[in-house]
Amino acid sequence: MGGFRAAVITFPGSNCDRDMAVAIEQVCGGEVHRVWHGDAGLPDGLDLIALPGGFSYGDYLRSGAMAARSPVMRAVVEAAGRGVAVLGVCNGFQVLTEAGLLPGALMRNAGIRFVCRSVALTVENTQSMFTRGYAPGQTISIPVAHHDGNYYADEATLDRLEGEGRVAFRYAESVNGSARDIAGVLNDQGNVLGMMPHPERMIEAAQGGTDGRVLFEGIVRGLVGA
Amino acid sequence: MKVRVHVSLKNGVLDPQGRAIHHAIEGLGFNGVQDVRAGRLIELEVDETVTDEALDAMAKQLLANQVIENYRIERV
Repeated sequence: MGGFRAAVITFPGSNCDRDMAVAIEQVCGGEVHRVWHGDAGLPDGLDLIALPGGFSYGDYLRSGAMAARSPVMRAVVEAAGRGVAVLGVCNGFQVLTEAGLLPGALMRNAGIRFVCRSVALTVENTQSMFTRGYAPGQTISIPVAHHDGNYYADEATLDRLEGEGRVAFRYAESVNGSARDIAGVLNDQGNVLGMMPHPERMIEAAQGGTDGRVLFEGIVRGLVGA
Repeated sequence: MKVRVHVSLKNGVLDPQGRAIHHAIEGLGFNGVQDVRAGRLIELEVDETVTDEALDAMAKQLLANQVIENYRIERV
């Protein structure tokens, strides 16, 4: 069998797609395919699909709304249903909620301002393929850069997410007004993760830390161990 | 014909934009404004053949995010 196979989707207005591709190449190895949003299909045999950060379609209508309806997303939804790992970071998280792959919505930051800095996160779930490399309750530092990161879901949904261990990361400091300080959530199967912080910006010491590298290592480790 | 789709935030959903607008209104010296909620108005120019069901589907599938928003469709 071949090595690790990943796809990074580029929407018009994505701007973290190259960073994401480089992070996957360096940490996961294997092949990283760059896929344009207008493509109807994805390469075969993918282990990971990444939706990068940026401002797809200029955040028109709602952040991620237009991208979530682009042709390639049908293939992403189908692959997610088959258990392929899907990681959405920042705008990618917004796209995943708009596409219905994750519950809730990401609204304008409570403080109105764009927030661009490293933030402390608490790792809440260490069972998923994305978070298994972290210690339970570990505090990590990952940068955020967003205007619409204020996670919202109704109380029943929030209770369900917490009860099922689907809150992957929580902000350990005040960042954007997110409900219950949620920074990242998993789908019910645990193979789709959306998060506002950018793990792809923390994969080597020169970037100021390697707390994001652990996430990509976890994805590969799960496949090797499977 | 023209169709207006009014999209507004659901009750209970925090509206930072509305709050900022409210603050700015007060900053201009206007009194008596108790709350501001910001929404969105989308105008469609459609053929007569476009059904109410189709308009409703457009609103549900794209124009409004029902996790946080309500919508109202008005034929003008």
